[in-house]
Amino acid sequence: MSTFLQTLFVGLRLGSIYALVALGYTMVYGIIRLINFAHGDFIMVGGYTMIFTTPVMIALELPIWASVVFAILVCAIVGMSTELIAYRPVRKKGTSMSALITAIAVSLFLENLAQAIPQIGPNPKVANQIFSAGGIRIVDVTLDWTTMLTIGISVVVMVVLYQFTQKTRIGRAMRCVSEDKSASILMGINVNRTIVLTFAIGSGLAAIAALMYMAQYPKVYTTMGALLGLKAFVAAVLGGIGVIPGAMLGGFVIGLVESFTTSYVSSSMADTFVFLILIIVLILKPAGILGKNMGEKV
Amino acid sequence: MLEIKDINVYYGAIHALKGVSLTVNDGELVSLVGANGAGKTTVLHTISGLLRTTTGEILLDGINLQKVPASSIIRMGLAHVPEGRHIFSRMSVEENLRMGAYIINDAKQINDNLERVYHHFPRLKERTRQLGGTLSGGEQQMLATGRALMTNPKILLMDEPSMGLSPILVNEIFSIIQQLHASGITILLVEQNAKKALAVADRAYVLETGKISMSGSAGTLAEDDRVRKAYLGA
Repeated sequence: MSTFLQTLFVGLRLGSIYALVALGYTMVYGIIRLINFAHGDFIMVGGYTMIFTTPVMIALELPIWASVVFAILVCAIVGMSTELIAYRPVRKKGTSMSALITAIAVSLFLENLAQAIPQIGPNPKVANQIFSAGGIRIVDVTLDWTTMLTIGISVVVMVVLYQFTQKTRIGRAMRCVSEDKSASILMGINVNRTIVLTFAIGSGLAAIAALMYMAQYPKVYTTMGALLGLKAFVAAVLGGIGVIPGAMLGGFVIGLVESFTTSYVSSSMADTFVFLILIIVLILKPAGILGKNMGEKV
Repeated sequence: MLEIKDINVYYGAIHALKGVSLTVNDGELVSLVGANGAGKTTVLHTISGLLRTTTGEILLDGINLQKVPASSIIRMGLAHVPEGRHIFSRMSVEENLRMGAYIINDAKQINDNLERVYHHFPRLKERTRQLGGTLSGGEQQMLATGRALMTNPKILLMDEPSMGLSPILVNEIFSIIQQLHASGITILLVEQNAKKALAVADRAYVLETGKISMSGSAGTLAEDDRVRKAYLGA
């Protein structure tokens, strides 16, 4: 029983991180039908921003996690710049294939740029303890603060984000642009500005994911976003890419599969199971668990 | 009100509109008829800024619309009901209508406009919570029209409102167009159903492969032998 609970909490914690990253993939895909391969690297950008702003926090006697504010800002700026400098010009001229290649290029560019900066370099950097140690005991399982905060923060962020897309003017504009760009223009929506804003939000979420990731694995390195990004992408596809609740669900499914496989089967099998589940779901439901294949009426 | 002067529009290398000029006066219902591919939709897309001209002018109450960003043209008092409805299928009927008033910030004004649209289209009021994508073709056309009315536009562009509808619904849609016209809205109507379009219009233009070939009062055109042969099947 205690193993089961422990595994469940680990899965939910891992799933929270995947879900937040998956949201970034799915929002961008929803609005411009582009798989933003650079999204995983935004986590790395957020991670280093926190490493470099931690001394500022300590000097100001603020908690270390407050450096996430800087990370969100920097990630949002990097995300918006990526759209403005790399994706928009390519989207205007090229095909979706050239946009995809550009996304891979941006990913490699960010990873290599980070390595080339002397303060970053190729060696991993160790992060400070982000949330306080310790926790509470439930039955015979210890639930540490990091796990509770990770799950709690991500659930709050997801609920806020969902309400934002449903209830606010900008959120509605995002949904319109993702469904029909020319009709959105006719409504008076500034499509380009809406796309830039989507990048800002998606990239900001990557910064929050970086905070949670570092709270658990206090190490930052230039390729840290690669595998994490890939699994979050799988989560987005599994849940139904382009669908916000799908990214959340997909994230938790992947997190739980990974933790239960690690616990009950073997840690080396975890990724195998993750991709196995992806393949099975895509065979049974090609658009993902919550994906919509709505026929268009003429 | 709306004045199009000698516009030329290209789709890549294709010369889609070759020196088209047309005028819509205050309170008029003007029809633009022509065969498939003549460039009717291109005319409307160009007015709305979805396409841009290479030469020529488009004036709305004297303001050059080509200098206005496409997403700001609705603020000039021009609304466009696009071909194929283009409603937001994953949004409810009411959300679709509220998106029509996206540029309005005053909640009271939005609610007043919503009530007015529901008054014009009682069938939409019965389905406020239903998703746009699940409506029938006729209801979707009503929704697209209602959505365009949410800003109280001075002029309404309507692109093939009868496309794909049953004969009964076609009659219903045309009687709605007449009602809107009677209530004082200026309308530029694009239709393949030339017979209906000429029956409701004050004036009309015939577009043939990117050029205006005939124009005049709708009644005169409906009697014209060439129009009758080519578009009215007589």
